[in-house]
Amino acid sequence: MSGATLTHKNNVSLLSRLGISKSGLVMTAYLVFLMLPLYWLLNMSLKTNEEILSTFTLWPDNLTFQNYITIFTDPSWYSGYINSITYVVLNTIISITVALPAAYAFSRYRFLGDQHLFFWLLTNRMAPPAVFALPFFQLYSSVGLFDTHIAVALAHCLFNVPLMVWILEGFMSGVPKEIDETAYIDGYSFPKFFVKIFMPLIASGIGVAAFFCFMFSWVELLLARTLTSVDAKPIAATMTRTVGAAGIDWGVLAAAGILTIIPGALVIWFVRNYIAKGFALGRV
Amino acid sequence: MDKPFNNKAWFLVLPVVILVAFSAVIPLMTVVNYSVQDTFGNNAFFWVGTEWFQEMITSERFHNSLIRQFMFTGIILAIEIPLGIFVALNMPKKGWGVPVSLVLMSLPLLVPWNVVGTIWQVFGREDIGLLGAALNGMGIDYNYTQNIFDAWATIIAMDVWHWTSLVALLCYAGLASIPEAYYQAAKIDGASRWATFRYIELPKMQRVLLIAFLLRFMDSFMIYTEPLVVTGGGPGNSTTLLSIDLVKMAIGQFDLGPAAAFSIIYFLIILLISWALYTIMTNYDKGESK
Repeated sequence: MSGATLTHKNNVSLLSRLGISKSGLVMTAYLVFLMLPLYWLLNMSLKTNEEILSTFTLWPDNLTFQNYITIFTDPSWYSGYINSITYVVLNTIISITVALPAAYAFSRYRFLGDQHLFFWLLTNRMAPPAVFALPFFQLYSSVGLFDTHIAVALAHCLFNVPLMVWILEGFMSGVPKEIDETAYIDGYSFPKFFVKIFMPLIASGIGVAAFFCFMFSWVELLLARTLTSVDAKPIAATMTRTVGAAGIDWGVLAAAGILTIIPGALVIWFVRNYIAKGFALGRV
Repeated sequence: MDKPFNNKAWFLVLPVVILVAFSAVIPLMTVVNYSVQDTFGNNAFFWVGTEWFQEMITSERFHNSLIRQFMFTGIILAIEIPLGIFVALNMPKKGWGVPVSLVLMSLPLLVPWNVVGTIWQVFGREDIGLLGAALNGMGIDYNYTQNIFDAWATIIAMDVWHWTSLVALLCYAGLASIPEAYYQAAKIDGASRWATFRYIELPKMQRVLLIAFLLRFMDSFMIYTEPLVVTGGGPGNSTTLLSIDLVKMAIGQFDLGPAAAFSIIYFLIILLISWALYTIMTNYDKGESK
């Protein structure tokens, strides 16, 4: 009997060990697939153009940081980063500020036309930016906002605000409304309750929402490029500059690409524990 | 949750309504305006009614882009959703592997879309790219700028690379919400791996899968930058998806009337399908809360 239990135990542990190694294998394969193109970009960014074009090496023969130095010493390059970060941060602040009260309204009350309004907001998330590129250009040109950071920040609100409302509503619905009622009985006014009690309760939700705002504003290019020419030109648009008369400057292009990934990677690191829940829009 | 009816809540949503109206309704009205008018330049417009719409609906160019778009969206959904579930089932549940895989998997999602295009454009080149060189080294004749099949394979591989993690992370969040007791019960019942998946994990993931499906449908239907950078819509027009075609028409050729009609039909298709998915989703929520 004891022997049977022992074998059984062994079987389970062996199976689970095998199970782990199988999952591990799948995950490793998947992560390698994800990392390969990034590794290649990094590899290229550390090579000289001669090496990129003449030989095929898996690791740079002559390691060089010249491509990065080119970017950090040329204002037309690094100003692209500053521009991108400026409008992304502006957009995140605007989106969160307007989405917070709206999400609260949707999660706590029913009101005339609420469901229609919610769906209408979502439709803006569904609108192809290509549809809006030309009208945006005309609209922002006519009000004198063309080629400013605020124009891009406002344009990105088109798809970010609806998403923010959606995510925040999910997180807020998870907070029992007895908390609201208790606070009102304790004599809190709405704004004081909202800032002092409610916002700390959904802090992780706000963090996740901000992450998504950052992400979608950071990766979007079509609108950002249409609405800017010089002063607010995003880094992603600056990258097309590497195509010169002498062909493409592959090394600098790769270095610029690597540098656009770094802010995203930093932000991911901060929200890593909430990413999964955030992608489910707070609805798990 | 029981919600009180209170129209004062409108004050709370007012800022959003104003902001979105400014950034969505005004431009959309401009599009509608163009779609029913024609111009000979000098800002002189005249009414043409539904002429552009009729032209668009019957135009071969629009049909072809639409078919390509449905093909693309269909293929990537058919790959990304099952693959995402599969990856999520294999993700580590505790230990150092969790943050590592979460961070590495999210990385492609945070890469600007034109950089995604650039990465794959370089990666697939047969002279300087790892993928292209490796495939050609293995004796496979691969060239995404010449061969239609290779071009499609490249943009699909790119989209799978870019977005499968989103599906996987969503499913992972759904799986994480399943209490351990369910698995123990399944084990006692002697349920097979498939039965556990079919009757415990899949139902719990249904909701997040709907979100994943909705998001992936919308985003893949709007895709523009990535395939443009990789293939430029070519070879020929073989990878010219709807958005690429639209921008070509509106900004390249400046055919405002047809482009506007195109925009509106395009938008309506997305709206219709998303509305159907959204209705399924909200009905599902209601069914669950009962």
